Amino acid sequence: MLLREVEYAKPSSVADALSILGAHSGARALAGGQTLLNVMKARVASPDVLVDLNGIEELRGIELAADGTLTIGAMTTCTEICESAEARARPILAEVCGQIADVQVRNRGTIGGNICSNDPTNHLPPLLSAIGARMCIQGADGEREVEAADFFLGVYLTAVGPGELLTKVVVPSGRHDGFAAVTLGVDGTCIANAAASANGSLRVALGCVDAVPVVVSPSSGDDDAIRTAVRGAGLEPPSDVHASSEYRAHLAEVLAVRAVRRATEGS
Amino acid sequence: MAAIASSRTVTVTINSVEYEREVEARKLLIHFIRDDLDLTGSHIGCDTGNCGACSVIVDGELLKSCMLLAVQADGTSIETVEGLAADGELTALQQAFSDHHALQCGYCTPGMLMSASALLRETPSPSDEQIRKALQGNICRCTGYWNIFEAVKAAAR
Repeated sequence: MLLREVEYAKPSSVADALSILGAHSGARALAGGQTLLNVMKARVASPDVLVDLNGIEELRGIELAADGTLTIGAMTTCTEICESAEARARPILAEVCGQIADVQVRNRGTIGGNICSNDPTNHLPPLLSAIGARMCIQGADGEREVEAADFFLGVYLTAVGPGELLTKVVVPSGRHDGFAAVTLGVDGTCIANAAASANGSLRVALGCVDAVPVVVSPSSGDDDAIRTAVRGAGLEPPSDVHASSEYRAHLAEVLAVRAVRRATEGS
Repeated sequence: MAAIASSRTVTVTINSVEYEREVEARKLLIHFIRDDLDLTGSHIGCDTGNCGACSVIVDGELLKSCMLLAVQADGTSIETVEGLAADGELTALQQAFSDHHALQCGYCTPGMLMSASALLRETPSPSDEQIRKALQGNICRCTGYWNIFEAVKAAAR
């Protein structure tokens, strides 16, 4: 498919990328391109300038602090997370990144791209919501850090505004996490998913059931308590060819229970 | 500030041959490889990143060339299916595909071969699960996958 005519820039620093994004209202950051280039083919997105982030070293890499906190550069690929020794500090990250799409997509697709595209069927928005990740956003006025609840704003919409860039994802330490999904084929697109974190308090984030991940806090890890918490969220999921609204709401309950079981296994 | 342009000069090495061309920024890598360089071994199947027929290896990494701009490949070294039997002799994997009847129409085969080559290079003795996982990004509508799986297994050490 021939894309609409577009200009291209490949900055080598965040500062340079921000100045290009700030100077062109029709500019879009290009991360792994595993979503953006496809929506450009469909003319759903038609940026005037693509700002390729692949030449910016400071956006890559995973750092593990002494207290177990992980700082992951926004341009770190799913494959890099799967293969990273540091990322094992929070094992659920590699577990979930390893079930996104396929080898080719994981080799190119980035953590930043996955959450900034914020497709409701993506894996990482609910996961990062459940495990209490914080997102670092840089703009002309400096850097700010936002929690998942303030980051995911709507379908394809995040707190990263025009002229801004997601630079890092900060993940606190923790080992008791679980993820469960019903997908289209193994590792396919999620029809519904749930991520659970049982590090101290219990938190479950439900994906594919609303514009943004829905976070609930069951009073305990009992199946009844989890189901009650999910029902209490008053979900009205979308219907599509894969699942009716009612079925998705049912899946949300079932997957929440499974995710919590996985999070609490052996603990 | 980095230059902003609707086209740029791209230098790539494909199967050990260096090419330099002026390329529009909007051109996908698969079109550059097929149309500009006339290397038509890599196929366009779905053009939506699902089928994997366009899979190539860029700087050692398996990618779908319909989800990469040609300008993004500047300075890289690319392997396509034409590079596998560069000296005219089939690789063990290609021979195994032939022996196990791992293709019918053959449209998906270039991508299958690149995915399986990437797997065997990193994991010479993969488990059955690893083989299946490695081929997940490649769709075949003829074989039902079984013979492809058998061929990769046979080519593994």
